[in-house]
Amino acid sequence: MMDLLIKGGKVIDPYNKFAKTSDILIKEGEIQAIEKGIEADVPSYDATGKLVLPAFIDLHSHLREPGQEYKEDLTTGALAGVAGGFCALFAMPNTSPPIHSKSQIAYIFRKAENLPLYVFPIGALTLDMKGETLVPIGELAEAGVKALSDDGMPIQNSGLLRNALLYAKMFGLIVMLHCEDKSLSERGVANEGFTATRLGLRGMPKSAEEIGVARAIILSLATGCRVHICHISTKNSLELIRWGKKMGAPITCEVTPHHLVLTEEALEGYDTRAKCNPPLRTEEDRKALIEGLLDGTIDCIATDHAPHSREEWDVEFDLAPFGISGLETAFPLLYTKLVEEGGFPLDLLVEKLTFAPAKIMGLNLGSLKIGEEANLTIIGTEPLKVDVESFHSKGKNNPFDGWTLKGFPLLTICKGKTAYERRNDL
Amino acid sequence: MKHLIGLEHLSEEDILSLVDLGLRYRNWLEGENKQSLSILKGKRICLLFYEPSTRTRHSFELASRLLGGEVASFSLAVSSVQKGESFKDTLLTLESMGFDLFVIRHSISGACLYATKVLQRAGVVNAGDGMHEHPSQTLLDILTIKQAKGTIENLKIAIIGDILHSRVARSAIFAFTKLNWEIRLCAPPTLFPKDIEKFGVKIFYKIEEAIRDVDVIYVLRIQRERQKEQFFPSLEEYSRLFSLTDSLLSLAPRAIVMHPGPVNRGVEIEGIVVDGEKSLILEQVKNGVALRMAILHSLLGEE
Repeated sequence: MMDLLIKGGKVIDPYNKFAKTSDILIKEGEIQAIEKGIEADVPSYDATGKLVLPAFIDLHSHLREPGQEYKEDLTTGALAGVAGGFCALFAMPNTSPPIHSKSQIAYIFRKAENLPLYVFPIGALTLDMKGETLVPIGELAEAGVKALSDDGMPIQNSGLLRNALLYAKMFGLIVMLHCEDKSLSERGVANEGFTATRLGLRGMPKSAEEIGVARAIILSLATGCRVHICHISTKNSLELIRWGKKMGAPITCEVTPHHLVLTEEALEGYDTRAKCNPPLRTEEDRKALIEGLLDGTIDCIATDHAPHSREEWDVEFDLAPFGISGLETAFPLLYTKLVEEGGFPLDLLVEKLTFAPAKIMGLNLGSLKIGEEANLTIIGTEPLKVDVESFHSKGKNNPFDGWTLKGFPLLTICKGKTAYERRNDL
Repeated sequence: MKHLIGLEHLSEEDILSLVDLGLRYRNWLEGENKQSLSILKGKRICLLFYEPSTRTRHSFELASRLLGGEVASFSLAVSSVQKGESFKDTLLTLESMGFDLFVIRHSISGACLYATKVLQRAGVVNAGDGMHEHPSQTLLDILTIKQAKGTIENLKIAIIGDILHSRVARSAIFAFTKLNWEIRLCAPPTLFPKDIEKFGVKIFYKIEEAIRDVDVIYVLRIQRERQKEQFFPSLEEYSRLFSLTDSLLSLAPRAIVMHPGPVNRGVEIEGIVVDGEKSLILEQVKNGVALRMAILHSLLGEE
């Protein structure tokens, strides 16, 4: 357990509505004091001109273990996480095989004990995520999952989804839904719009997502089950969520960094690294999503970190899998493009990455509390060039390669220990 | 010019110079001299076809031989990484055999641009990539129109059929827009791609309105699978509403009739129109060889 005095950083903790230049004293891994002018006989870190933030929480990561370790494993995923300033990752269950047994959950929890950050496995909703048979939901709840999801293979049968929600509610579980009516988007590879038309790509209409969002809201209202709507990407999805919240539906939702920064135009040149599901949409949608964060309709930001091997994404466009390896660029991207260049409030950005997701999942993380374990990240504000080859993640599928961004984590403390320190030569 | 991937990013000047060179080759083909040329002497051309093709492939092959090039032809299936050799490895393997130029047809949009990034040295000609572009088709069509009309100024063209899935339509729209033609598109709404009107084209749902007083009627092949996918109720209904029939031709007295082939007689076009005096469908095929000679000459010939 570490002792450290962090001197002179700008400390931002939205949970405690705290934003001041302060010192932070950590002793034996616990935060002892947050105030100006702390003197202590412990190693110190000069954070002058840097940001000191609660470490981030990601509700949507694909860590690929077990079964797809060639894309990512728990260790590399966790390293990517702490390098991105995260202290907790929720691991999506679309592994090989998918996560739907007590023993798999136990395996991930056990392995996570030795990782530098917290990993919370999400259970599948249906066996092999085929949308036919429910997993043993009670068994997964007993094993400690907080949420269930079939993510990219959403249940198409609304009757089955209704039963899944009713049943999951009995255990207080949150059901995370990737909303997509596959009959509208099947074989699609890009947003249905001018870019796809120009490039000759099969379109995924916005209506495919919006019908899924509407269904999720209506079934949440009908069952009372808590539903977390994953990675919304369209203006109308946002309108539907506004309506759902007004109606009292127990719903929350997330948005990804890439949907907040990129549009369908990023596919120019058939860049498979920007191929994701839901697809990148239009500028109108992107602006609406930022508006949704500002007015509180969108509850949190989640990365949808989806690493793939180079052999998988360095191919013809239609053959490449969907997904962006995003843990290591999430904060710098949002800090640079939204806060620095777009005037988005920094404390709100931090909130959406810290206690907002913690609140959704009922975690005691995402803030800086005296007397509690230190989970924080120190952020540098000097510009650096993104180089995917220096990623800790095995997934180099990231469309921001070569971009110059500010806001990279320099030091991440997780579980009261140093989890990551940026090498000076990077 | 090292590659010919599409017409969207080609200048009007480059388009016209390819068409003019094509016209010269057309005259050469019509002439007395049947000796092959030696413009591509010592050049190796690889025809790499991941989709079936008759006229495009054979015309590229013939064009290569007439210019004195060495040509080899491969027909392959698109395979994913797990099954068989990837496109990338196939390209690198064939490039190692010393090919100077790859003429590629592929079922996936963007595959030819991808090939230019994979290949170290060789050039690429797009012979049709997915629903994206088919530049040599549109260039030979402009050549055919220029020959028939004597001009390519201020023309009106109606394109009838499956715009959504058509790479021919996309190349045509890109090029004809650069030439400032009036472009009319006609199809059921299910066969238009989203936001197509942003190209400045006019949308029609009635063929008799679309073709009125145009200079060129361009009919696209309708794939039978589109009926199975229910883009329209039946081939009969499609034909009744969108087929170019002989009786419709009186609405466009100046018009010439074109089709990229292969035609479905009686589906998108009446047989009598295919064989009629307005039809330039076989001229298009002849010009296909000439225009492809022009492409190969431009990319591989000595200055």
